[in-house]
Amino acid sequence: MTTLFRAENLAINFGGIKAVDGVTFDVEQGKVFTIIGPNGAGKTTVFNLISRIYDPSEGKLIFEGRDITRVPPHDVAGIGIARTFQNIELFEYATLLQNLLLGRHAHRGTNLIQDILHLPSARKSELAHRERVEKVIEFLDLEAYRDALIMNLPYGVRKVVELARALCTEPKLLLLDEPSSGLNTEETQDMAFWIQDIKVELGITVLMVEHDMSLVNEVSDRVLALNYGRVLAEGTAREVQSHPEVVKAYLGG
Amino acid sequence: MRFIFKTDYNQDIDLFKHGGQRFWYSLLLAAMIVMPLVIDTFWLGEVAYVLVLAIAGVGLMMLAGYTGLVSLGHAAFLGVGAYAHGFFLNHGVPFFVSVPLAALLAAAVGVAVAFPILRLTGAYLAIATLAFGLIIEQVFIRWEAVTGGFRGFSVPRVNMFGLDLTDGVPFYYLCLAILIIVLLAALNILRSPTGRAMIAIRDSEVAAQSMGVNLALYKTIAFGLSAFFTGLAGALFAHKIGFLAPDAFNVLLSIQLLLLVVVGGLGSLHGAIYGAIFVGALPQFIAIGRDFLPPNIASQPGLEPGLFGLILVLFIMFEPLGIYGRWLKIKLYFDLFPLYKRATFKRQKSYTKSERNR
Amino acid sequence: MQLLLNGLAAGSIYGLVALGFVLIYKATETVNFAQGDLLMLGAFAAFTFIVGFGMPYWAGLICAVVVLAVFGYLLDGFILRQVIGKPQFSIVMLTIGLGFMMRSGSSIFFGTETRQMPTPFDTGVTNFMGLQIADVNLSVLVGTGALCLVLYLFFSKTRLGVAMQAASQNQLAAYYMGIPVKMIFSAIWAISAGTAAVAGVLLAPIALIDVNMGLIGIKAFAAAVLGGFGSIPGAVVGGLIIGVIEQFSGIYMGPGFKDIAAQVVLLAVLIVWPQGLFGRHSRKRV
Repeated sequence: MTTLFRAENLAINFGGIKAVDGVTFDVEQGKVFTIIGPNGAGKTTVFNLISRIYDPSEGKLIFEGRDITRVPPHDVAGIGIARTFQNIELFEYATLLQNLLLGRHAHRGTNLIQDILHLPSARKSELAHRERVEKVIEFLDLEAYRDALIMNLPYGVRKVVELARALCTEPKLLLLDEPSSGLNTEETQDMAFWIQDIKVELGITVLMVEHDMSLVNEVSDRVLALNYGRVLAEGTAREVQSHPEVVKAYLGG
Repeated sequence: MRFIFKTDYNQDIDLFKHGGQRFWYSLLLAAMIVMPLVIDTFWLGEVAYVLVLAIAGVGLMMLAGYTGLVSLGHAAFLGVGAYAHGFFLNHGVPFFVSVPLAALLAAAVGVAVAFPILRLTGAYLAIATLAFGLIIEQVFIRWEAVTGGFRGFSVPRVNMFGLDLTDGVPFYYLCLAILIIVLLAALNILRSPTGRAMIAIRDSEVAAQSMGVNLALYKTIAFGLSAFFTGLAGALFAHKIGFLAPDAFNVLLSIQLLLLVVVGGLGSLHGAIYGAIFVGALPQFIAIGRDFLPPNIASQPGLEPGLFGLILVLFIMFEPLGIYGRWLKIKLYFDLFPLYKRATFKRQKSYTKSERNR
Repeated sequence: MQLLLNGLAAGSIYGLVALGFVLIYKATETVNFAQGDLLMLGAFAAFTFIVGFGMPYWAGLICAVVVLAVFGYLLDGFILRQVIGKPQFSIVMLTIGLGFMMRSGSSIFFGTETRQMPTPFDTGVTNFMGLQIADVNLSVLVGTGALCLVLYLFFSKTRLGVAMQAASQNQLAAYYMGIPVKMIFSAIWAISAGTAAVAGVLLAPIALIDVNMGLIGIKAFAAAVLGGFGSIPGAVVGGLIIGVIEQFSGIYMGPGFKDIAAQVVLLAVLIVWPQGLFGRHSRKRV
């Protein structure tokens, strides 16, 4: 039972409003940890803090025992943390394949000169990346869309591509921001299966923000409830959902 | 309709997707090599001019089309390449050293320009590049020791292997060779992680960052590469115009370069070529057209920019994908014939969402 | 002190043009690179009315403003509307193209010689606190102030102003709220063009009327950026500051610097202080 990631006393101010206040939690390696809470509770803000898009005004982020609170945002992928975005941030004018290959950027392996001259080492590197990307495509059943431009793909497929791209970075910790939002029941069920496969087959730790309670119940090992930037409760899915404060703030009677 | 059956990952990485492409491009290359035997010196010079424009166009396309960084002052890099090359030649530097050196200098200026404006986006970036372009133009005017100020200086001819490399047929082959090298370099970049990172920056900076792309580094690389290619074009341009003066590298030229990439088709190297042909041939068409216009319109010096403006406006309104885009649509029509559906490219209604609060 | 006043006068013109920029930007998120050329057209229009048709100064001014406002409205209605939703770069290129067309059309129609236009302020000098101000400069300062006041009242006291804000932030939602977005955008363009016309008429006695008057737009950019691109009072203040800096740098640092003073300020602001004096810094929310 090792702690892969720890957020300690995380807080951030946006012009006087404390969007996140004193949030502390541990994510255990190999488990699925879900954050729930009403809209505006600060869930995505926590994600943005972890991927270093924002700087916290207080608190620490500790990943694999190392303090990553001041790491530049573009180093996060190399460290082993990948994320998906709530409002899909794919590269619209590129093909699916190019999007996924970009997910490999953190493991680049060639420098500018090798690229310009397209040396044999560059080609070898390209082929290796392509192999890894194909594994992810196979895992998520995206074969049919390889060469399609993202802007021509339906919403449900785009959500899966977001996931695929994050997986291509070979993360140790995967941040999923509302993976089921906008998906119908069938697609959500697929997503649940994939999350479980990610945990069991790929051994990746998942940190997830979710609103769909059935999905939360099905996959989560541990749940954290946030409201107004503060922690309301933490425990198993059952414990948190029956917690009176959580019921009052979020789930309703 | 051609269907490419892929059996190997290498096929996706290769430059030529199928035998047909190899055939047509080889034919094109052969035609370009044979051209001096077929057309006379004047037109050869015009084609050489188009080639030089194409090199500059590739430079700007890498920056604006592929990385999404709009540069309204790109003529400045052309000027740096030209002035540096002329200066080096006048001081005894051998030709084949001077050209890459001038390009490197342009690249250095590109990096210097990029550095302070890395965090700017959209219109702010465009305005900043415009400001830089104007400042560099002033430097050309004021730094008399190097550039000769308003008087300028003439660019020496270069004789090598018994040929005058800076005119006529040898110059044509020189431009062609450099264009091919530049195109290959650009194509290599685009199929590599560097190129993908640039496209990522254009489409979504946030996502690029979370995939590990160091925004500042790659934007600087984009500027540097773009300036390098444009600087190369500048060195050749210096020989084409023969005499360097600051007003040759003004805002109008920058706008012409942008016209080149927009009309050609933003986001493709084909676009740079088509755009170069267009911008290079335009003055000829205007000259011919002047004979048909009533005298008081035709004699106006301000006609050319006005025509540029009109064409720019028409293209953006009606064919935003440029000439290359139109070519693709035509090809698609023939590929799908007779099953082509007229509404394939019907424009969707789109709404502006504020970029400020996104 | 004389320098200061000259600077303020020139700066007011920059401020007015910058104001036009900011108006359009606040509403439609478009940077109108043709704003300076609208100024030029306004000046020529006034010239036509005052010198060509022999109208009195004030009538000519008002006619010029009206003509330009209509022109701006039509420009938006027929051309800009077609490119709504396209990437910003395309729209920027479009306005640049339009600017070229305006300049070209103007040189064909009016010819390329510089013109002059008689104004009531040509020869007068006012004494103010022991200083002499040419009436021409004074007219610029007063005119700018008056126009700003009118615009301020318009935007803060009318429903149109609020509607304009809504349409600028989220077009689709504004449509749902029953706001006639297209008409509002065209109205903004009309106001902006009218402002440019006033600026052109005010500038005419100082700089003379010719086809390249519009190049002042580049300096006005610096003003708009300095003031914070989303702020109307900021644009005017920015313009004044740049005008003054320009005058002083011309004297103390040599003639070459006067030309690029605006550019340097622009870059300095963009690098160090992107939101300008009054702007608000917003970041993308993911």
